[in-house]
Amino acid sequence: MNAALPEMPCQELVEVITDYLEGALPERDRVRFEEHLAVCGKCQEYVAQFERTIAAVGVVKEQDLDPEVRADLMEAFRGWSGSSTS
Amino acid sequence: MSDAALIASLRAGDEAAFGELVDRYHASLVRIARLYVSSQAVAEEVAQETWLGVLNGLDRFEERSSLKTWLFRILANIAKTRGVREGRTVPFSSVAGDDDDPHSVDPDRFIPADAERAPRHWAIPPAVWSTEPDERLLAGEVRELIFRTIDGLPPNQRATIVLRDVEGWDSEDVRNELAVGETNQRVLLHRARSKVREALEDYFKEDG
Repeated sequence: MNAALPEMPCQELVEVITDYLEGALPERDRVRFEEHLAVCGKCQEYVAQFERTIAAVGVVKEQDLDPEVRADLMEAFRGWSGSSTS
Repeated sequence: MSDAALIASLRAGDEAAFGELVDRYHASLVRIARLYVSSQAVAEEVAQETWLGVLNGLDRFEERSSLKTWLFRILANIAKTRGVREGRTVPFSSVAGDDDDPHSVDPDRFIPADAERAPRHWAIPPAVWSTEPDERLLAGEVRELIFRTIDGLPPNQRATIVLRDVEGWDSEDVRNELAVGETNQRVLLHRARSKVREALEDYFKEDG
């Protein structure tokens, strides 16, 4: 038991989530983080939102490459390979 | 295809290999160029110049670095030169958020620190939206909101979240690209993520 550790208040928890996720929290704070999270539904919601935010940011809709740009680049490639083949 | 095989194909003049490389990386090049220059149009030009730089350098490329690393190094050089010419200085290495609100969540949403009961606990808890289905979170309107929010971040926060969370780079690659220390990078990333989360909360709260 870690009864000696002071509780991590919600306002502190919201500042250290990235540190927690990156494994950068000192052990003592990691325990405080997890103990608070285990009993605080509001922070559970907050952390869940944070994780869904990260996931959503990572879903990139690739816009199709402008066919004209692509054609220009392929043209440049043909010019290059034509000139460099010896 | 491995980097070495791809390079060999390119050197042999294999057009399909070049096309594959362009399709795989062009969008990322534009997004990253956008971190250094002032407009989408210039970012697009920088990405195109990068491909020309790739072709010019192909004969000299040595497989000590990965193809991807090499590609992004060429991009960064071109983009930085363009950014400087535009008179745009990108304060990537400045201290995290000098200019900026240091709170991840508005302090008014917590019970004051000197309160007798539950100090610094939620007074106005987060509006619940974490259970929204993916279809809503990934819908066009929400995606636009996310990218608008990212575009509006201070440059160093924007660069960090784009490289880490959009492009999926690891923290060491981002540290090399942006020349920010480990701790600073986490601060920048956390601020950026917190603001995007807040924008999503506002959106889902209003939308019900």
